[in-house]
Amino acid sequence: MRGKKTKTIRKVLHRIKKYWFYLGVSLILTMIAVAGTLYLPILTGKAVDHIVDKGLVDFEGLFAIFKNMLVFIAVTALAQWLMSLCNNRMTYCVVRDIRKDAFEKLEILPLKYVDDHPTGEIVSKVIADVDQFADGLLMGFTQLFSGVMTIVGTLGFMLSIHVGITLVVVVITPISLFVASFIAKKTFDMFKEQSITRGEQTALIDEMIGNQKVVQAFSKEEDVIERFEEINGRLEKCSLKATFFSSITNPATRFVNSLVYTGVGITGAFAVLKGFLTVGQLSSFLSYANQYTKPFNEISGVVTELQNALACAARIFELIEEKPQVPDKKDALVLGEVTGKVDLKDVSFSYVPGKKLIEHLNLSVKPGQRVAIVGPTGCGKTTVINLLMRFYDVDRGAIKVMDQDIRNITRKSLRSSYGMVLQDTWLKSGTILENIRMGKPDAAMEEVMEAAKASHAHSFIKRLPKGYDTVIGEDGGSLSQGQKQLLCIARVMLCLPPMLILDEATSSIDTRTELKIQNAFAKMMKGRTSFIVAHRLSTIKEADVILVMKDGNIIEQGNHGELLEKDGFYAKLYNSQFAV
Amino acid sequence: MKSLLKYLKGYKKESILAPLFKMLEASFELLVPLVMAAVIDKGIEGNNKSYIVSMCLVMILLGLIGFVCSITAQYFAAKAATGFARKLRYEMFSHIQKLSYSKLDTAGTATLITRMTSDVNQVQSGVNMFLRLFLRSPFIVIGAMVMAFYVDVKVAVVFAVAIPALSLVVFGIIFANIPLYKKVQNGLDKVLLITRENLNGIRVIRAFNREAEEIEDFDEKNIALTKIQLFAGRISALLNPITYVIINFALVILLYKGAVRVDTGYITQGDVIALISYMSQILIELVKLANLIVTLTKAAACASRIQGVMEIPEGMETEGERKEGAEKETGEEQDEQGRTTESSNIEETMENDEAVRFDHVGFTYEGAGGEVLTDMDFSVKKGETVGIIGGTGSGKSTLVQLIPRFYDANTGSVYVDGKEVREYEIEELRDKIGMVPQKAALFKGTIRDNILFGRKDATDEMIEEAIDVACAKEFIEAKEGGLSAKVEQGGRNLSGGQKQRLTIARALVRRPKILILDDSCSALDYATDAALRAGIKKLSYHPTVFIVSQRTASIQYADKIIVLDDGEIAGMGNHEELLKTCQVYQEIYDSQYKKEGR
Repeated sequence: MRGKKTKTIRKVLHRIKKYWFYLGVSLILTMIAVAGTLYLPILTGKAVDHIVDKGLVDFEGLFAIFKNMLVFIAVTALAQWLMSLCNNRMTYCVVRDIRKDAFEKLEILPLKYVDDHPTGEIVSKVIADVDQFADGLLMGFTQLFSGVMTIVGTLGFMLSIHVGITLVVVVITPISLFVASFIAKKTFDMFKEQSITRGEQTALIDEMIGNQKVVQAFSKEEDVIERFEEINGRLEKCSLKATFFSSITNPATRFVNSLVYTGVGITGAFAVLKGFLTVGQLSSFLSYANQYTKPFNEISGVVTELQNALACAARIFELIEEKPQVPDKKDALVLGEVTGKVDLKDVSFSYVPGKKLIEHLNLSVKPGQRVAIVGPTGCGKTTVINLLMRFYDVDRGAIKVMDQDIRNITRKSLRSSYGMVLQDTWLKSGTILENIRMGKPDAAMEEVMEAAKASHAHSFIKRLPKGYDTVIGEDGGSLSQGQKQLLCIARVMLCLPPMLILDEATSSIDTRTELKIQNAFAKMMKGRTSFIVAHRLSTIKEADVILVMKDGNIIEQGNHGELLEKDGFYAKLYNSQFAV
Repeated sequence: MKSLLKYLKGYKKESILAPLFKMLEASFELLVPLVMAAVIDKGIEGNNKSYIVSMCLVMILLGLIGFVCSITAQYFAAKAATGFARKLRYEMFSHIQKLSYSKLDTAGTATLITRMTSDVNQVQSGVNMFLRLFLRSPFIVIGAMVMAFYVDVKVAVVFAVAIPALSLVVFGIIFANIPLYKKVQNGLDKVLLITRENLNGIRVIRAFNREAEEIEDFDEKNIALTKIQLFAGRISALLNPITYVIINFALVILLYKGAVRVDTGYITQGDVIALISYMSQILIELVKLANLIVTLTKAAACASRIQGVMEIPEGMETEGERKEGAEKETGEEQDEQGRTTESSNIEETMENDEAVRFDHVGFTYEGAGGEVLTDMDFSVKKGETVGIIGGTGSGKSTLVQLIPRFYDANTGSVYVDGKEVREYEIEELRDKIGMVPQKAALFKGTIRDNILFGRKDATDEMIEEAIDVACAKEFIEAKEGGLSAKVEQGGRNLSGGQKQRLTIARALVRRPKILILDDSCSALDYATDAALRAGIKKLSYHPTVFIVSQRTASIQYADKIIVLDDGEIAGMGNHEELLKTCQVYQEIYDSQYKKEGR
């Protein structure tokens, strides 16, 4: 635990190193600002000593002191200002770097990681944790440095005036630290309970608001509100406990401060009586007593904040240091011309070790062939696609494209030789044009329109308020599922890759349009190898090879005629179409 | 922020007592410098040791009373803040529950969620801080000034000039910062959006080798965020130095004026020290205030985002507002009562046998250009099965979504059981209907929980029937725990087809009068699809069924088929009739069957 923390600190420091210049300047400026702040009470004290009584005011001495004071004020303020600027820059730049690294990591993580972790969890690492870390870091920079320096500086100044009274301050002050850490320890569990309850509530909110339409369709609003209110009530209770008990810290330490103040007052007064101290020095002491205890309180606050920040940092680093996908081999080949020859040689694969899925799969696809993958729902059809695209690596055996093991090919060239349309349509927020151009950013407008026409998306795009420049929101916004799918097809049409993967690609498109698209597809597929996951038997019938899958295994393989003759699972599936 | 303060109403007592006790504490704190001045002037000057000791005891006493007051204040503040947050969350959540579909469409789920969680937390700590400190600080500042005037009016003039100047700076910076923090928050939203998008679309992004572009895009947004953060930081950074200069400059003037007054014998040295103490108290409070400002401006920005949610109109007139109109039609009202107490079939047959009627309905989505549905005019008898077929974007889903009044028709009216949908209590209307939406959304819990979502009080028998008809029995039994098997959030641990079957069971368990299958069999294979339809036919309560589909096979045996083309009815009738008369239908049918040469 402890070791982990130091490791995290080291990593944070490592990142700050890049901005050592700002760090150094900030440290120097902090020293100047603190020194200035501390020296001012001494000057004030001296000034007070020039103001003794009626007719006993030394104006000449006063003016000399005033001149000094003004200089110190100016320098201190300037140092404070520049210091804040440095701290800001350093913090936000470090945070920017971290966010960037985290995001870049997302792009090279194995898909397994993303599939296994809820989106919300990863997003909260990149956004909320980083933000919290920024707050903590900034507070750490600005308050921890100056706090520590103020303590040290005050101690020095106080010692230079009077040792005895300094001792009084030094002895009493730590009490506030004890009180603070005692309360922090006691409230830790309360905060934990609060954050657990909060998490529970967020999960409910996320789920219910995410599916608000279903909730309303079943008129479950009141039930849902009731469940919400139950958690809400618990949250209020534990939140009150945590907030209240932790907020005792402040009054408690302030009470200790007033003890210090009184202690200084009484010992100081006696010292003045004995002539060890002037009244002006006592006044300086009194302001020091205030200044000395303040950073203690702040530091205890900063320490909790920093610990929180470190915990966040640890979570982010976990993501950043997550093992990336196996990088392309150094000598990885770039696929040249691809005719579409694909071979699966004794492929075995499973998502969870020990839970067999695909076993000893053999398949050889000649250029231009159509491979249809059929089977009941949930039989693992999409797994084959995951393997072909190398979203996942096979456990045993090999997949070869153009007789090359795909692990020896750069991912980029492998993937750009496939055109993929998934059932789960995904569009980026941006304009329609940007979305179609995704695979070919430099495509000319005519090409884009050509592709859109071929996929029958053109007519609906034209009817949108701004045509191709219409901005669509997150996840396609107001487009219908079918329209989204048409756009996804247009996206592939534009790139014209040598091989195609269509996963239920036309499930939400009406069959009339589908027919037209398929004509376009047929033209496009001529001479191109294609893998099609489909329910529609009309699509499947024309395939050269049909893979029939059940429970993750390929149980039959052949063309339509052969499979019907076999009178196996496929025949049963096919005949059921008309068994109403 | 202001308009949200009404949620503090239930905590009036706490929100008044908290600052009150804080001020009490502050008053005791303000007395301390006076006591110290007395120590110096009377104790030291008069060499009176016992006086010094007793005065110090007074100071400790003041500290102790302050401590007690302060804790009381903290308690009330915490109570008010957490209660406020609870009320706010509740109000927001309930408000969102009431939003109509079109409002939900425009608002967006992601931002609703962040606003309900992190924004509310920010506001909660803002309110807490506000009650604790925001009144205390000005009070100390003003109190210190009053005390200064009490000590010496002439010198105290310095305070009267310095404090307004300080307030100007402090509040100026607050107000300059509020819009900036909003911008920061928006920048953060953009970064969040692209992160989410990349996770959801990871396969597509990698398939198109878009990683580098995405990183570039992210970078741009990231840098924009950093820039605005730095800019906001630059303005906040001014606060400390400027207040420091003003305070200390005032201190110098104070020393000079004080010196003149002491020289002429109006005040004592102890008085000058007390005045200095007051000045430094003000400085300390201002530093606190400055730190507070960050929290408060953030809270204010968050509050306005919350306010934005609360200001979304519900989008549908509620029954209460319409009651007057509804009550005029007393005849129907009575009809209705007969039906709600229902459950016997006899009464039903005695009534009008029309289940749903569309009377020249037209509909346009909010903010959309043209009509999605034009002049929908048809009626459906009880127990009939209606197939709705048509091209992508022809308005099939929209049509069925008008029945449970998810959207309101712009022209014409929709009638359910002979009554205009707008005249129903929404809940009453939707209770008649079992809806299976396109997107199969499930909830975390067990399979049983998810089915009971359709009807809380469903008996085992009803559940059994529902899963049987929905063809879900086989896979549920194969699961460990059967009906008690866990469903993860969103049904992640189930396949698309399994999810669809559960959503169908969820609708069936209500034994609805009207069952709507909105293209909800797309992930089912043909055999299951057919079995499902056969099962529905056999149901004892004979629901009126609407099937939206792309496949002619799914609707071909429906009593009535409505063919939609670009938002208009292109044909209506049964399969045979349509094959003869409706060209669009013929085309659809041919596209699916001709080649297969049945």
